[in-house]
Amino acid sequence: MKYLSRYRRHKAVAPLLLMFALFAIGTTFSVASATTTPSQSAFARSVAIDEGRQLFLKGCSSCHGLNAEGGAIAPSLIGVGAASVDFQVGTGRMPMADMSTQAMRKKPVYDEKEVAALAEYVASLAPGPAIPTDELLNYERDGSTAEGGELFRTNCAMCHNFAAQGGALTQGKYAPTLMGVEPKHIYEALITGPQSMPVFSDKTLTPAEKLSIIKWIKAAEAEPALGGASLGRVGPVTEGLLIWTLGIGLLIGVAVWLAMKAR
Amino acid sequence: MTARERITGSVANYVDERTGAAAWMKKNLNKVFPDHWSFLLGEIALYSFIILLLSGTFLTFWFDPSQREVIYDGDYQPLSGLKMSAAYASTLHISFEVRGGLLMRQIHHWAALLFMVAIVVHLLRVYFTGAFRKPREFNWIIGVGLLTLGIVEGFLGYSLPDDLLSGTGIRIAEAIIQALPVVGSYIAFFAFGGAFPGEAFIPRIFTVHVLLLPGIFLALITVHLMLVWYQKHTQYPGPGRTEKNVVGYPLFPVYMAKAGGFFFIVFGVIAFLSAVASINPIWLYGPYTPGQISAGSQPDWYMGWLDGLVRMAPPLETHAFGHTISWNILIPGLILPGIMFTGLALYPFIEAWISGDKREHHILDRPRNVPNRTALGAMALTFTIVALLNGGNDIIATTFNLTINQMMWFSRIGILVLPPIAFVVTKRLCLSLQRADRDLVLHGRETGTLVRMPRGEFVEIHEPISAQKAWTLTQHEQPVPLELPATDARGLKRPGAIKNKLRNRMSRAHAVAVPKVSAADLKEIEHH
Amino acid sequence: MSSELEAIKDPGVPAHVHRQADLDPKAEKKAERQVAILFALSALGTILFIYSYIWISEDLFIYFPVLGTTNAKQLFLGLGLAFSLFFIGAGAIHWAKTLMPDEEVIAMRHEMRSEDEDRRELVKTAKQGAAAAALGRRSLIKRSLGLSLGLIGLSPLLLLRDLGPLPGKDLEKTSWKSGTRLVTDPGDRPIKPSDLEVGAVAQVLPAIAEGGHRALSDIGKDAVLLIRLRPEEFQLDAERLGMTYQGIIAFSKICSHMGCAVALYEQQTKHLLCPCHQSTFDVTRAAKVIFGPAARPLPQLAITVDSEGYLIAQKPFSEPVGPSYWERNSQ
Repeated sequence: MKYLSRYRRHKAVAPLLLMFALFAIGTTFSVASATTTPSQSAFARSVAIDEGRQLFLKGCSSCHGLNAEGGAIAPSLIGVGAASVDFQVGTGRMPMADMSTQAMRKKPVYDEKEVAALAEYVASLAPGPAIPTDELLNYERDGSTAEGGELFRTNCAMCHNFAAQGGALTQGKYAPTLMGVEPKHIYEALITGPQSMPVFSDKTLTPAEKLSIIKWIKAAEAEPALGGASLGRVGPVTEGLLIWTLGIGLLIGVAVWLAMKAR
Repeated sequence: MTARERITGSVANYVDERTGAAAWMKKNLNKVFPDHWSFLLGEIALYSFIILLLSGTFLTFWFDPSQREVIYDGDYQPLSGLKMSAAYASTLHISFEVRGGLLMRQIHHWAALLFMVAIVVHLLRVYFTGAFRKPREFNWIIGVGLLTLGIVEGFLGYSLPDDLLSGTGIRIAEAIIQALPVVGSYIAFFAFGGAFPGEAFIPRIFTVHVLLLPGIFLALITVHLMLVWYQKHTQYPGPGRTEKNVVGYPLFPVYMAKAGGFFFIVFGVIAFLSAVASINPIWLYGPYTPGQISAGSQPDWYMGWLDGLVRMAPPLETHAFGHTISWNILIPGLILPGIMFTGLALYPFIEAWISGDKREHHILDRPRNVPNRTALGAMALTFTIVALLNGGNDIIATTFNLTINQMMWFSRIGILVLPPIAFVVTKRLCLSLQRADRDLVLHGRETGTLVRMPRGEFVEIHEPISAQKAWTLTQHEQPVPLELPATDARGLKRPGAIKNKLRNRMSRAHAVAVPKVSAADLKEIEHH
Repeated sequence: MSSELEAIKDPGVPAHVHRQADLDPKAEKKAERQVAILFALSALGTILFIYSYIWISEDLFIYFPVLGTTNAKQLFLGLGLAFSLFFIGAGAIHWAKTLMPDEEVIAMRHEMRSEDEDRRELVKTAKQGAAAAALGRRSLIKRSLGLSLGLIGLSPLLLLRDLGPLPGKDLEKTSWKSGTRLVTDPGDRPIKPSDLEVGAVAQVLPAIAEGGHRALSDIGKDAVLLIRLRPEEFQLDAERLGMTYQGIIAFSKICSHMGCAVALYEQQTKHLLCPCHQSTFDVTRAAKVIFGPAARPLPQLAITVDSEGYLIAQKPFSEPVGPSYWERNSQ
């Protein structure tokens, strides 16, 4: 111990300790990740990171910077985590088609493997939220529809509407519809807070609660029309439109026929 | 005499000896009703009301108007185990466990929307054809009253299920009450039995919705119809139709069959809508709690214009001497609607004052022949439509890739600029149509047949229109502007001279017209 | 103007044109058959209705173009009812149009005004009655009657008094007190600052005692939205900054305009939007109104942490939450 304490005040100690701490955190993290994905060897990971970096340099760096440090028109990706990349690229939002108000969901440019590689690369820059595993995402088993509905109405409906059909935000931004979104992507959106969406921390909205929300959304998506055509599930506006067109239209049609002289 | 005739005869005799109904029936079975599709719009409203009474009664058999908290254990899984009010739970019960319950709920709601649509369309018909003129001013006022009550009744019905959407509506209504100067918070606390939402409001509005207002409706509708009956229906101008007669079909059997049949048609169309189109899916909205809200929270369409006005209001509040006055609520929520409905109710009297016309009118105006009234109507309609569009601005914005901020600014500017434009355009349009009428009577109809003249030029053949048509286009009276003197015989300024001047000016604007064709004009043309 | 000129002459009601059914017995038979078919269709509709009510299962869903997958029972019940009603109407109208007399009838109108003689009689009767009652002379009776009629209206008004309590100071109070813990809604879990990442929001309510009950009227005033920003993003004065904790800021979720839940937070712009009337509040500037009809910022709740590190309220709201009212001191 004396040996160590002698160098206690050495000027290299602080940086060394910091490096050691970072290394420790890094290993713990990678070990933790490794435990959840045991099949992936360190070698395969480094290959994926390299592949991801190549893809990043080609497709993303012009906006996000050569080292993902961000630029004038795009944020830094250091520390956003694999979940963020998987959400943004996996739903086709990134790369953006144009610099409009908001990136929208579209057909993804990259295939699954490429998305995974990009995610690995960005995750390797700094720790951040990881992609939820299939084991975690077992919402059918771990979620509760009714509770999910209540959570959805408290936390999500104000933007995404009562039936998850989406809604308007300020200045042309919008909360997209959640119909047809993969459970994984919903989960990632909740933990990363993409674009206008806020983050829903695991302590204030537990993983189990997140799964409940997903289960409710999937139930709403699968719910058949119980009372006839759903009219978009956006509330009274479309109902008003229908009564002013089809409703009164049909009746005026009959009224014209009624008052017409028979031949 | 057959057996059937004998029985009918004795029943009729029995009734008549006790009521003396025969004399009345004799006169009224032959009552003449003019036939026109636009005369059926009010009937749509009447029939919707009957359908509302029938379907509403059905719903009360299961509906529990209580805000008592219950735990849901019904058939609809996505809500099971949640806390909710008994009102909401019983509405779910009607929707999912009572066979045909959802159908009846949808019939009730679609009928309510149709009721309001029909009232508005009927009102527009009456307005634009001048059917409100003497002697029908009272019926106009009753009609405006029915429209106003209809909005209230509809809103209360929308509020009863206590779902997230309707609770939000009640919250906004409470804010309007609370904004009343001096008495606001007192009235709010009385209405809600304490702080919002409390447990008293839904049982209370239930009584108003199913008893008080329907009773007033029944009384007003009865008077409305009795007056129509007694004053006889107006008729559109046409050959043989005068201010002194009414041309149409007798009540029995033709009109009775048609009107009775039309009731079933209205009911059938509402049932059809209720079969194929979902309305107010309260199970998706969830139970009400003040901490939750949905994007795109809207009222039903007949309240939408009010919500639109509230949305576009500027952020104005007066803070002084420890008191707050919310102009941002009072102006769009109470003052403007108050002015609109008062103006609407008083319009027949205002127009009579301007035109100085004190005679009875039973022949309807063609809207183009009264440009000022038509233009004023178009102006009011434009105002309301801009407000209504703003009430759905978020849905419109997301549907058409606009921003709510653009929509809001469009409405804020549009509500001031567009109505006057509508006025000017409509007035000019009316005058152009008058001119077209004049040309038609003078020169006949364009046949589309070209004839080559001996000199090589082409001329289109005009076919003279029928005498009936010519009469229809020229039967109207053209208003003469008032010329009220500003001074009396001795050259002294009369009291009310300014008022007279104003009245003269408005009257002149009211009387603007393209001179209609007279018999002399036609003769002159013939001489050519 | 032209009213003085001679108008074009009214040619009178045009001659009646007979229908085919009036002239041709075959057409008449055909019309009769058509009416019968319409009525028969109505009967079929009722049969469909009865069948659907009794035999179609509640759980049967079928695909229908335009409607999508829809509940068969609801659909066929409705269609059955619609057909049974619609075709009765159509049959009756078709009957009236094709087979009932269609010659237009002319009836005369009478002026609304009563005959002069009737009016004179009425005036006389009224005057006689009034004279007999001698209302004009007996001013004591008139005035006392006026007084009692005026007062009698007060009784029903007074009876409405017990509809509810007087507001008192109730609108100014919420359940937030100094030291009240912030708990998640729903879930009722206390929150530590470290639970919230930057950009995170949480819907919170004041903690209630074990077994306590939370009434909706409490939620209607107590609901709070918690937002975490980077502390440097705030543009607040010292007092307001002191009400935040490590970048976490808390606002009343009840809109200062009309009381809707303002919970629509845009993480990038730091704007809060009310979905009811689209008032927009800037979170970095203490919920200052930047768009829409709201006239006041959302009340801010001062927060800090307790000894266990959980977020608590420093003190109650310093102003009433929710929409304005007359007695509100908004200065």
